[in-house]
Amino acid sequence: MKTSQKKPEKLIDEKGIRSDGRKLDEMRQVKIEVGALSNADGSAYIEMGKNKILAAVYGPREIHPKHQALPDRAALRCRYHMAPFSVQERKSPAPSRREQELSKVIRESLEPSIFSEYYPRTAIDLFIEVLQADGGTRCAGITAASLALADAGIPMRDLVSACAAGKVEGRLVLDLNDVEDKGGEADMPVAYMPNYNAITLLQMDGMLTGEEFETVLNMGLEGCKQISQLQKEALKSKYTAVKEDEKEESEEEAAE
Amino acid sequence: MPVFYENKQLVTPGDLVAENDYISGENTYKENNKIYATRVGLFGHEDKRVYVVALKAFYLPAVGDTIIGKVLEVTLGGWVVDIRAPYVAMLRASDALERSFKPQKDDLPSIFDVGDTLVAKIVAYDRTRDPLLTVLERGLGKIARGQVIEITPTKIPRVIGKQGSMVNTIKQETGCQITIGQNGRILVSGKSPEDERLAIMAIRKIEEEAHTSGLTDRVTEMLRKQKDEKSKKEVNENVPKET
Repeated sequence: MKTSQKKPEKLIDEKGIRSDGRKLDEMRQVKIEVGALSNADGSAYIEMGKNKILAAVYGPREIHPKHQALPDRAALRCRYHMAPFSVQERKSPAPSRREQELSKVIRESLEPSIFSEYYPRTAIDLFIEVLQADGGTRCAGITAASLALADAGIPMRDLVSACAAGKVEGRLVLDLNDVEDKGGEADMPVAYMPNYNAITLLQMDGMLTGEEFETVLNMGLEGCKQISQLQKEALKSKYTAVKEDEKEESEEEAAE
Repeated sequence: MPVFYENKQLVTPGDLVAENDYISGENTYKENNKIYATRVGLFGHEDKRVYVVALKAFYLPAVGDTIIGKVLEVTLGGWVVDIRAPYVAMLRASDALERSFKPQKDDLPSIFDVGDTLVAKIVAYDRTRDPLLTVLERGLGKIARGQVIEITPTKIPRVIGKQGSMVNTIKQETGCQITIGQNGRILVSGKSPEDERLAIMAIRKIEEEAHTSGLTDRVTEMLRKQKDEKSKKEVNENVPKET
């Protein structure tokens, strides 16, 4: 595993350029597509650097098994899963302890954004499939999942955007990739509802001083705001594309 | 008291659409005197009310709605019906028979069987119970002929048009019977498959261009043009035979 993915001697050079050429406060390239799957009620695909993640939503629909039904709201059921081929060494397809935990924290980070009380006794099923992983998959997964929920037509308080920030070789950086996560001192994923100004997920591993914590949190929130813009554009572009097609069509019809 | 978007502008969930005195309409919510959108849709406001016309949503049952459902299961005292909603609907045998239901005598599968398509009306529904249907009214019951098509439930009002103008136009021009289910299923039955094809084409056009104006006229024009072409073809085919 470690043969092809050599750890660079230095993760950040003297000029403050990171191993993949980014600046300290620079995010990876993000590409988002809404409605990538036709069989799901709502879906989204995100590429964040080398991360490639699909999210799909079904529902609200009848809940099975029935005992999971909640009398006052819809139950959000979430499965975060990494494909066996998503990492360098084949991962067993069975859900690992890590995946179960991530499923839970992702569910809890999205729940506050949904008006689940409108649809009691139903289930909203959310599937996040990591096709290729390179650090920060939970954040990219949350970003895609939130779009998939909006695409399914589920009423939401706000879109949830997520981004990580942390500390690598003594410097504070935004959006850590896999080598930085493993070789760095601290990693802090943040999920955030920008219009609502509410943090829905905040985790951290590693060590930071109180001051550093605050700076890293603010960097993470800034990252979320950038992501939020991209989310909105992606969501709108699905419909503006449709609209333009129709415009052309109707113009053609008029020309006939 | 500003409004932050223009009519028919695209908004996404969480967008702040209006402040202060405005009243929160469909697909919006109000908090701390600020109104936000909850769905992807087109913004609109009338007087003090702001709303978002959702571009994609699912059907939520409402009492009094006429819907088109499919029988999923026959139970001891009735049927379980799929109505394209988050909840399955129940149709009790006593709401399908004009007399009281006698479990020993009445054979439920012979009335409606699994896979049958029904036009039904919702008689009861609230957040604590699954919707309850009836077929004991004029125009309701099992569908014997025609085609059922599905469209997004949010576009049903557009297919109906103002005071039914759109659907009446299609009925007139194609001679088809059209039953609209509020759950986004539409039954089209005409004298010939050709008539039905024409009506379905018109409905698909409405679905695609729901957000544009002057649609009724364009649909009428399209239908007339199609009919003209068809009759011309028929004349051409008939001429050589007569001579």
